[in-house]
Amino acid sequence: MSEGRLRKLIVGDAQADRVVPPSGFTAQLTLFVSGAMAFLAVFALALSLASGRLANRWADELARAATLRINAPAEQRLAQTEAALTLLRQTPGVASARAFTAEEQAELLAPWFGAALPIDSLPVPQLIEVIEGDPGYDGTGLRLRLQAEVPGAVLDDHTRWRAPLVDAARALRRLGAVSILLIAGATAAMITLAANAALAANAQVIEVLRLVGALDSYIAHAFVRRFTLRALGGAAAGVGLGMIGVWLMPAASNEGGFLTGLGFQGWAWLLPLLIPPLGALVAFAATTRAANKRLGDLT
Amino acid sequence: MAALNHGPLKLTGCWGKTAERKQGTVVIELENVGYNYGGGELLSDVSVKLAPGSFHFLTGPSGAGKTTLLKLCYGALTPTSGRVRAFNMDVQGLDRDQMAHLRRRVGVVHQDCRFLDHLPVIENIALPLIVAGKDLAQEEANLRELLNWVGLSQRADALPPELSGGERQRAALARSVILSPDVIIADEPTGNVDWEMSQRLLQLLVELNRMGKTILVATHDMALIRAAKKQVQARVLRISAKQLIQAGADL
Ligand SMILES: Nc1ncnc2c1ncn2[C@@H]1O[C@H](COP(=O)(O)OP(=O)(O)O)[C@@H](O)[C@H]1O
Ligand SMILES: [Mg+2]
Repeated sequence: MSEGRLRKLIVGDAQADRVVPPSGFTAQLTLFVSGAMAFLAVFALALSLASGRLANRWADELARAATLRINAPAEQRLAQTEAALTLLRQTPGVASARAFTAEEQAELLAPWFGAALPIDSLPVPQLIEVIEGDPGYDGTGLRLRLQAEVPGAVLDDHTRWRAPLVDAARALRRLGAVSILLIAGATAAMITLAANAALAANAQVIEVLRLVGALDSYIAHAFVRRFTLRALGGAAAGVGLGMIGVWLMPAASNEGGFLTGLGFQGWAWLLPLLIPPLGALVAFAATTRAANKRLGDLT
Repeated sequence: MAALNHGPLKLTGCWGKTAERKQGTVVIELENVGYNYGGGELLSDVSVKLAPGSFHFLTGPSGAGKTTLLKLCYGALTPTSGRVRAFNMDVQGLDRDQMAHLRRRVGVVHQDCRFLDHLPVIENIALPLIVAGKDLAQEEANLRELLNWVGLSQRADALPPELSGGERQRAALARSVILSPDVIIADEPTGNVDWEMSQRLLQLLVELNRMGKTILVATHDMALIRAAKKQVQARVLRISAKQLIQAGADL
């Protein structure tokens, strides 16, 4: 598109706008559809971004950290802990291994038993934090060796429940992205319908314009401009409302988990602002295609 | 006739200009043209040349194919056989944009006028300027003069459905000349008007011809042709049995 044409598309040409009478219902349909679709797109985008964040965080935090629990009689606990630590440090793929201190263990249990817990007098297992390297360790091999050398050790590497969760979060992100594409496609289809209805309603006008020497591009432009601007306006309103909706969601907190994390963070707040121009682009393409097709059918 | 008293025409408006005539060129030429809407041949082996500045009447009974022949001349229909040339271009070979440009060079008064009913008369007359992207502010004086010439100054802001038959025809004529075409093709311009108005429209066409414009008028009104022959050298073509024949002696 030449610069002149782009300017005309935005600034418009009052005279050219008058030659095609505005057709009421297609204008409202375009505004409503682009507004509603933009509103949905904001949520799909928020969902996609939030589940992406979640997937990354879970994959990162949970995958890297595992816990080794030493269940042993008090007199063997220290020896087994030492043996386990030695074994772990020799295991390829283990970045570090560290026994929790008594204070740390007390802190972990405090929410359940209170701060004044006499931890030494309880048969609390010793916990060892295992940080996985990259590439990671071979979980099955490690378990076999622990079984042989540290009989009281239980490796809890979360993989049994962590993998499906991360997969679910990733699937959710994909669904969000697919939803955005579907929304764009549905918008294009609806605007094509509305543009075709407007072109059909104005068949006589188009014929007269052709008779007095109007170029196809001139006629198409009158329609394209109108639909593009309507889609832009509708989408801007929809995005505004959608962003307010997302903004009103309770702030993310550790307890809230997934639902409260549904929102935008930092620069991602700018992403929804791309929706109105993209909606206008979709309308521009759909209307141009519809107009060219219909004008091509005329003599 | 009060309607005709709008003073002698001054050729100041640029719509009155005509491209310099090149000797020997033909404005519109039909060569062995045949046409068929699908149910048998309507026109067959029609040949005619419109020289620059000539005045032609096209006559024949209703349904003979007058409108069809005019449409072939300005490219709204493509002949089923033969060729149509306009301004030395093969009309069949033109693409859609070239066809639009051809329509700016041929002023057409359609049988049913064809206005945009949502726009006032003045904008309908200016429509060819608007779609050609001309700046209307610069053309305003021209437009006013043209409105005055066809006697519609008082009706500039009326909507087309509010016009009488004669006013519609004059508005359509004004629209056809606004881009100062070299040729004006009028399809039954006096079809729906009384005798006085038909004389007035004829007067306008004769004035345009005197400005040098090539005129082709389809009509079945013999009295109109007789009246015209007193004022200009007009040739009469008649469609008869799918053919185009020169008439004249019998008028
Ligand atoms: N678009 C069309 N499709 C089929 N037949 C047509 C069409 N237009 C005109 N005709 C037929 O062609 C014949 C000539 O029409 P027309 O050129 O309008 O005649 P005239 O202008 O001399 O009255 C008529 O019989 C008419 O019914
Ligand atoms: Mg006719």
